[in-house]
Amino acid sequence: MDEQPNLSYIHQLSGGDKAFEARLMEVVKRELPEESQTWRDNISSGNLDDAASSVHKLKHKISILGLEESYRFAETYEDELREGFNIRQEEFEKLLQLMLSFVKRT
Amino acid sequence: MKCLIIDDEATARLIIQQLIENNKHVEMEQEFPNAMQAIKFLNQNSADLIFLDIHMPDFTGFDFIQTLKNPPNVILTTSDKSFAIEAFEYDCIVDYLVKPITQERFDKAVQKALSSKASSSKPEVESDLNKTDNDLYVNIDRRLIKIDISSIYLIEAKGDYITIKTFGKNYTVHSTLKKIEEKLPQDIFLKIHRSFIINTKKIIDIEDNSVLIEKDVIPVSRSNRPELMKRLNLL
Repeated sequence: MDEQPNLSYIHQLSGGDKAFEARLMEVVKRELPEESQTWRDNISSGNLDDAASSVHKLKHKISILGLEESYRFAETYEDELREGFNIRQEEFEKLLQLMLSFVKRT
Repeated sequence: MKCLIIDDEATARLIIQQLIENNKHVEMEQEFPNAMQAIKFLNQNSADLIFLDIHMPDFTGFDFIQTLKNPPNVILTTSDKSFAIEAFEYDCIVDYLVKPITQERFDKAVQKALSSKASSSKPEVESDLNKTDNDLYVNIDRRLIKIDISSIYLIEAKGDYITIKTFGKNYTVHSTLKKIEEKLPQDIFLKIHRSFIINTKKIIDIEDNSVLIEKDVIPVSRSNRPELMKRLNLL
């Protein structure tokens, strides 16, 4: 996946309201590391169904950051986790790192 | 329209607030990170419209709707397209928004809620028409087959089909629990789970969160348990 996070959805939503953009990024900065950690904890404890729910929640953040291809990847990963397969863990971790470093910089 | 937001994700709540602010027809009343807090609020207050997340820990959006006697209009907000079919089972659900929600799509959903509110003042005419009938006719392989309602002990939803279990035979029909529920006497039949309606007169025993009926053990969802307990003639 070569795509990069972007703020187009947030800009579109805010209509130029910078205060809203700042508030939203503040909440994303707080929630994204928490939700990422919850996913890691669920993977570590082997609870794939809960890990799928964590991926489900993270999908919203993925879409907010304009990552369309990654969103489809996350959909597949969520389905696989619900079926008991965890073969995309590494790739999903890379995606989280990409998003975490983007929101940190923004 | 005064509206509520129920979503366990703060980011989602903030985005919906922004969408509300940009729409002249809706006004933000309260937001809740879980369904329980919203139920408490609705016990003493009212709302015209609820933006409701489906996936929430402990209590899903559908569980929440089932706890309300007269639910206001609901617009579902979700990252999952797969619940769209289930959403049609609930009359109060006017639209289904897949995240990330755009302003244009949001405005369209609000418009649907407005139209629905305008038509909801129509009197309900046909509510109990068929409920006093003793028989139910189901369409199987182009034949209308008569089922004696009193012989039904369980109805189970399986995707787009329901299985009607009677003491003599089981019937699988293309229908929904919502539709058949409207045809059954409400004082006897009760939906105890998203996928099951039971004949309460045929219960053998109840243990924790399940009911034994004939040879089937059926789960009771937390939201339906109070109504089930109300129906029992407890010593």
